[in-house]
Amino acid sequence: MTTSLPKKIWIYFLLISTSFLVFFPVMYAFLISFMTGPELLQGKFLPQSFSLDNYIKVFDRLPLLNYLLNSFIVSVSVMLGQLAVCSLAAYAFVFIHFKGRDFIFFLFISTMMIPWEATMIPNKFTIQKLDWLNTYQGLTLPFFALAFGTFLLRQHFKTIPKELHEASQIAGLSKFAFFRRVILPVSKTSLVTLGAYGFLTTWNMYLWPLLITTNKSVRTVQIGLKQLQSQETGTEWGVVMAGVIVVIIPTLLLLFLGQKQLQKGLSQGALK
Amino acid sequence: MSKSYDKQVDVISNINVTIEPGEFFVLVGPSGCGKSTMLRMIAGLETITSGTLKIGDQVANHLSPDKRDLSMVFQNYALYPHLTVQQNITFGLDVKKVKKATQQERAAEVAETLGLTDYLKRKPRELSGGQRQRVALARAIVSESPICLMDEPLSNLDAKLRAHMRTEIRRIQRKLGITMIYVTHDQVEAMTMGDRIMILHEGEIQQVGKPIDIYNNPANPFVATFIGSPPMNLAYSDADKKASEIVIGDILRLPVPSNEIITIPEYQLIAGIRPEHLRPALKESPEEDKLYVVVTNVEVLGNETVFSFKLGTNEWKAKWSGQWHIEIGDSIPILIDYGAFCLFEARTGDLIKKSTDLGNVVFGKEVLV
Repeated sequence: MTTSLPKKIWIYFLLISTSFLVFFPVMYAFLISFMTGPELLQGKFLPQSFSLDNYIKVFDRLPLLNYLLNSFIVSVSVMLGQLAVCSLAAYAFVFIHFKGRDFIFFLFISTMMIPWEATMIPNKFTIQKLDWLNTYQGLTLPFFALAFGTFLLRQHFKTIPKELHEASQIAGLSKFAFFRRVILPVSKTSLVTLGAYGFLTTWNMYLWPLLITTNKSVRTVQIGLKQLQSQETGTEWGVVMAGVIVVIIPTLLLLFLGQKQLQKGLSQGALK
Repeated sequence: MSKSYDKQVDVISNINVTIEPGEFFVLVGPSGCGKSTMLRMIAGLETITSGTLKIGDQVANHLSPDKRDLSMVFQNYALYPHLTVQQNITFGLDVKKVKKATQQERAAEVAETLGLTDYLKRKPRELSGGQRQRVALARAIVSESPICLMDEPLSNLDAKLRAHMRTEIRRIQRKLGITMIYVTHDQVEAMTMGDRIMILHEGEIQQVGKPIDIYNNPANPFVATFIGSPPMNLAYSDADKKASEIVIGDILRLPVPSNEIITIPEYQLIAGIRPEHLRPALKESPEEDKLYVVVTNVEVLGNETVFSFKLGTNEWKAKWSGQWHIEIGDSIPILIDYGAFCLFEARTGDLIKKSTDLGNVVFGKEVLV
């Protein structure tokens, strides 16, 4: 497609200004993370010198590496758990015929209407009764079954021609082998999308880890950040922002690496 | 093999047929006649409501598809999009835990036969329709199953490629001696490929037999119009025993030999004649045999000419070889022989008289010498 020069300039102007708007908070946080307290209070945008003092402080004050590791473990296990549970559920909803399948599916989907916060208290009690407070399974297990993920994968699985299923039946593939050797590779894009979605959601989760963790052992990084804020009366924003920058690095990495797959997967789900 | 099915909803009923080993058997019929369902029942993808399906001497009603020792080619090819051509071909062998070296060998051999050697490393989406079709075929052949099922495998190809693949499939089937069960809605495919064909209509067998026998002696008006292009011309007719004549479409009266008129029943009949049996009248033909018809449409196909005319309320077509310069609206004389007609009972559709005089269109080898 060819566009005239003025139009191009206009489009680029719009893109740059909107991306600046969207990215401004992150940039500002990045700059603040290098500022000293007085500098910040003066309302400056650019720090006088790029000192790494705040970063050293944040690692001093908090077991940040420990928190990061916890967050990573929790996010990865939720991601894997979601992929396993959702893909198996979606497989059943598409390829196995049983009575009341559609009804069960819509019941399943309708749970998307219930906000997560509404079910949080009962969930918390369940975890408490299981004596799973301050454990990884307490943090991860409630998120394995995801209606949205099942829906997303089901939509993709439905686009797989049933002849593939029949051909593999004739070839002598068992139900699970068909799932593993045909369905999963064919739906790679959707799986990547769901995986990234699951990872990021869990990484950014705040309320649930706050309820479930009472000590440092499995506490995640988002709670750690909050701790930085409330520890003292006069919050050192520079230190907090340094923490924030450390925390969003994995998120950004994931976004840059998986951008193409993510786009493909999401638009596929939207079109079908 | 013998099988007879009887599905409750009567999608298919009273099918009873034996398919010989090494035979190319074609199931043909209009869409929705149950031919694909029947094939899927043989494959084990659809359950059999009643009756028995035997493969060899074994009752196969409840065998799972992979235990029936057959391969299948689907209309949309059903290639695995994430695997290369090579992997697609060997997929079935891999599942059956055939050794890797043997897999390679057999895949290379089959690819050679089908001219796929250069494409083994490609993914299905990088192939053209014809190449995909050949990969699907290769996948079926490589399994070395004695039975191969095909469900309209050529319907997604263009006309030229289709004609090429027709001969190709036939050649491979002959070479390997596979029993082929082939589903199509295209009567040309059925006529050209089948050792025997079965014509299905609304889930019931209309006729089973060699293509040429079916063409010459269709069992009922449905088969008569389904096989052959243009289809057989049909018209209601009655016998006039006093005059020893048969009245076709209330217009055409043809004399019938007196020994034959006795055998024709009183009730209403359907008379049918192939377009190529309507002959042009020549100058020396006796005037009383000529029938003048008004041409309503002309198609000149280069080597033959098809034109339509009205006979009573029916539009009939005649097919003459060569290029005939006929204009729409012309009145031309034609000759119609009683002998070339098939007669069907109008109510039941049963054939009561075969066409006996195939005159100018059937030749033996001795003509050539």
